[in-house]
Amino acid sequence: MASLEIHGVKKRFGAQEVLKGIDISVDTGEFLVLVGPSGCGKSTLLNMIAGVDTISEGEIRVAGARVNELHPSERDIAMVFQSYALYPNMTVEQNIGFSMEMHKVPKAERLAAVREVAKILQIEDLLKRRPSQLSGGQRQRVAMGRALVRKPKIFLFDEPLSNLDAHLRVDMRTEIKKLHQRLYATIVYVTHDQIEAMTLATRIAIMRKGELLQLGTPAQIYNRPANTFVAAFMGSPRMSLIPARLVPQGEGLALEIQRGDRPKVSIPLPPQPPAVQAFAGREVIAGLRAEAISNGSRPAGNGNGAQRRAVVDGQVVVLEPTGPDTLVVLNVGGHELTARLEPDLDLRPGDRAEFKLDLTNLVLFDPSTEKLIA
Amino acid sequence: MAKTWETPQMVQRTGFRSSRVVVYGLLVFFAAVYLLPLLVMLLTSFKPLPEIYAGNMVALPRQWTVEPWLNAWTKACVGLNCNGIKGYFWNSTKMTVPAVVISTGMGLLNGYVLTKWRFRGANVLFGLILFGCFIPFQIVLIPMATFLGRMGIASSTTGLVFVHVVYGLCFTTLYARNYYMAFPDELVKAAMIDGARFFSIFRRVLLPNSGPIIIVTVIWQFTNIWNDFLFGASFSTGESAPMTVALNNVVMTSTGEREYNVHMAAAMIAALPTLMVYVFGGRYFVRGLMAGSVKG
Repeated sequence: MASLEIHGVKKRFGAQEVLKGIDISVDTGEFLVLVGPSGCGKSTLLNMIAGVDTISEGEIRVAGARVNELHPSERDIAMVFQSYALYPNMTVEQNIGFSMEMHKVPKAERLAAVREVAKILQIEDLLKRRPSQLSGGQRQRVAMGRALVRKPKIFLFDEPLSNLDAHLRVDMRTEIKKLHQRLYATIVYVTHDQIEAMTLATRIAIMRKGELLQLGTPAQIYNRPANTFVAAFMGSPRMSLIPARLVPQGEGLALEIQRGDRPKVSIPLPPQPPAVQAFAGREVIAGLRAEAISNGSRPAGNGNGAQRRAVVDGQVVVLEPTGPDTLVVLNVGGHELTARLEPDLDLRPGDRAEFKLDLTNLVLFDPSTEKLIA
Repeated sequence: MAKTWETPQMVQRTGFRSSRVVVYGLLVFFAAVYLLPLLVMLLTSFKPLPEIYAGNMVALPRQWTVEPWLNAWTKACVGLNCNGIKGYFWNSTKMTVPAVVISTGMGLLNGYVLTKWRFRGANVLFGLILFGCFIPFQIVLIPMATFLGRMGIASSTTGLVFVHVVYGLCFTTLYARNYYMAFPDELVKAAMIDGARFFSIFRRVLLPNSGPIIIVTVIWQFTNIWNDFLFGASFSTGESAPMTVALNNVVMTSTGEREYNVHMAAAMIAALPTLMVYVFGGRYFVRGLMAGSVKG
């Protein structure tokens, strides 16, 4: 069942259109992450769902009912803010119970509900404190408690982790995911951090300049990015995007990579769909993830058909050890590719070697539109 | 960590004698200059009249007496009426307290609307309100007199409260608006989602966190309204005059020798309330009441 429907939603500030028609439908129990660079309109969209920003055009429905005209408190949603937005003059208990107080819930019932939520979040011993006496992580929990206690149809999170330090952020990320699995709640979560998006989401919506670029599962977004922006934005290290030429070779196609005085590198491709075949003889942008490149000792990716592999000659430019892997920047035909290789390599900058490419998840983009050729 | 503290102190220690002596010398000198009139007033108010006419202004009283203070309060002549200034003190209180409360309350509400319920033209409206801060009192005297007359509140405490509220609004709105500009919008949004409406957001979320700005506004308004002379002299008559006007009349009433000690005592009494507001308000003023609402 669709829990949240966003139909052709636009937002204008004067003449400026900050959201240019967004369509998203979220099922019950889904964890939708809105991700994009700052200024892409993701927070505005969240505010519009919450009802604290007006909708210029289009319609938002919660559980099938139009909410455009409803006051935020009547939309059956709860929101966790980036700054936590805890009322500084109230204790934790009063903060969590405030919405019920506003809805005139009897005190005994209110206190019981606050206790229950505090137990889930393990903040029972903090109930009498004020926000100023709490640490960042504790404030975060209280902010979540304030949302949980309302038992809303949809939870809205507005960059809830970006004020925490790196260590705590990872812990809280896991907590939020646990909470989602436990409550099976519908969540809309805004972040600019692509790792948060990948780890938390059941579906990701990537936005840029008020437009929805792609909506899909983390795997779809990661493996089949809709355009070069999505390809470069999602994933760390970034996907290598190389200008290349698609040429016919024997029965199939091959990619030719060449720039400057480097010798031309030719990569025979596995059988391609008709859309790609139509590009034969034209320029394309080839995208390849770092883990699709391996050196001699480790098999690349999970493709097992020999025809999905290719071998190229590359020169090592830079080695970046991260601990579990070493990121290696290679020069192939004058262009740079990043490879994720094993930690203890006997490669040095300047070395030439053969590298295996797993072409299962190779993506090709049209250079004029920057869109995926599919 | 102790090491890092040593360096600045070491730097300061060089040339300690000469610069410190100059700094403290100047501070003491100017403190004395500012305190001297107050000292003379206080000493004079505790001296019997012959002693004042006989001698040194800054000398301690040879015979301490509270008579002048009692006389000022109950017996001093204001014009032809010799019942002391107590009635006028009460007039000022009746005028100042409602005027401060109303103008502060309305200013806070204005600031709340101008920052958290922004509407088209909010900035223009604020600019116009701000403009009111620069209108000199003298310009509005005659129109205001006409207006008060037509409203039927001329020469009354109600009329004075009205005048001070209107004049004070520009300043209280300015203070509150600037304070609420820095007040996190997210708290208002959170309260909206929690089900609070216009007035409950104001009362439950903004007001409890407005301590510092309420203190500032109250100090400013109280001082201005209590000390105002021009409006008091223009829009009140005889028995309804505020303290400042009465004080002027006490000093100007000339029958026989001038009772400087009584005048000084009356002036001190007139100044006491504003002094008290500073003493009690200043403490709360420095407290950061916003701590913990957002990160930082």
